[in-house]
Amino acid sequence: MNSGLAVKGVGESLLIHVPAGPWDEVLASLLQTVVDGGEFFHGAKLGLQLEDRELGAADLGRLRDQLAERGVNLWAVLATAPGTRSAAADLGLALDLGRPSQRAMQPDEPIETELPGDAAVLVRRTLRSGHHVHFAGHVVVLGDVNPGAEIIAGGDVIVWGRLRGVVHAGAGGDQDSVVCALDLAPTQLRIAGQIAVSPERRGAAQPEMARLRDGQLVAEKWIDEHRR
Amino acid sequence: MTARVATITSGKGGVGKTTATANLGVALASSGFRVVCIDGDIGLRNLDVVMGLENRIVYDLVDIIEGRCKLRQALIKDKRLSDLHLIPAAQTRDKTAVSPQDMIRVVKDLKSDFDWVLIDSPAGIERGFRNAVAPADLVLIVTNPEVSAVRDADRIIGLVEAEEKGPPKLIVNRVKPEMVKRGDMLSTGDILDVLAIELIGVVPEDEVVTVATNQGSPAALDPRSRAGKAFREIARRMNGEDVPFESLESKDGFFGRISRMVRPGGA
Repeated sequence: MNSGLAVKGVGESLLIHVPAGPWDEVLASLLQTVVDGGEFFHGAKLGLQLEDRELGAADLGRLRDQLAERGVNLWAVLATAPGTRSAAADLGLALDLGRPSQRAMQPDEPIETELPGDAAVLVRRTLRSGHHVHFAGHVVVLGDVNPGAEIIAGGDVIVWGRLRGVVHAGAGGDQDSVVCALDLAPTQLRIAGQIAVSPERRGAAQPEMARLRDGQLVAEKWIDEHRR
Repeated sequence: MTARVATITSGKGGVGKTTATANLGVALASSGFRVVCIDGDIGLRNLDVVMGLENRIVYDLVDIIEGRCKLRQALIKDKRLSDLHLIPAAQTRDKTAVSPQDMIRVVKDLKSDFDWVLIDSPAGIERGFRNAVAPADLVLIVTNPEVSAVRDADRIIGLVEAEEKGPPKLIVNRVKPEMVKRGDMLSTGDILDVLAIELIGVVPEDEVVTVATNQGSPAALDPRSRAGKAFREIARRMNGEDVPFESLESKDGFFGRISRMVRPGGA
């Protein structure tokens, strides 16, 4: 029936409250919760609230492997039982979830502005090969986007750094979306339904903006005409 | 005494992880550190061959983990350097025979008797890689001056960062200075431009390495080998020594330029 356990987002991690009861049953419902969650848990940093449950290194290790097989990274164990805590420490698991990211804005805190705006996500790191960002709004990256990384945004994509991966702005079909980068050299650039590859670079890199003009993808230098 | 644990990995196969592990082991042991090299490539072991210790294997890593022998029984002492040891991989099993916490446990038991534990990671990003990285204090990424190797290194750096192992360090292996000079090969600067992590060594292409690998006598033992010298310098940098990068590529202070481009952390 309802095997789902309570899941809570804490900072950048997900915390599952593990209820009391025989370990075998609890373990089964925990794994079921993760499987049912599908993409939601995939690649997540998972914390488990175990309270005073006693678990040895063997049980915890097996649990970590079973989660790993399902694509979930067991990150931390919150426990009060000393045996569980030391077993977790031996396995290299964190004993707390760490302080939440300071950049995370409180969701209930209204944005104070008179200007209209859209939702955007700020990625403050370099996106390496294999990283991907999919977001329905705008995406702003403070760092490089390396070859093999992928950004798919419903709105604009702005990269304060080198853009060398694959980028798709206006993925929902918005023809007015733009892609800006300090060094615009993506493996492939898409805006709405149009696809282009970067031409060979001539001369030094300079900030550019790509947009659709009469249905054609064009990249233009970031010069005065854009600053308005 | 507590050993430091360095894992040598790359993503792409064939870039020289095993050669680097054997040479760093030799270089560290010949400067008086007590070293154990662990072959993490279960099922495709070859660190023993590169180190020339193949015929001494009785027990292996999986035997330790599955309790068929004591840790000490699987430790093979090097035939040239008394401070160098090897724990070979099993040849008849695969990566699933070992889990990340098995590796953490084995390494923990070794730490009190050694100064350095070096782990040779298999190629790829799956279980074998995770096993090898789990106990690491320091991750060394080996790459070649090729676009595909750099791409895989970038992926691996992302995964290592996600494990919060601290910033990995980069070894650029098999550099051909003449080709770089002609513009036919990626330069170390080009590679650092993408990967943006700290450089710990540049190893030139050297025929001595090929010969030495086949003979099971790592190039770091050969005082005339250029690659051997590069590995000895990496070993010194691993111990915190400030060894200046020698200009391999030209005389106009190329490495002076790239050392300014290195941004630690890659964030």
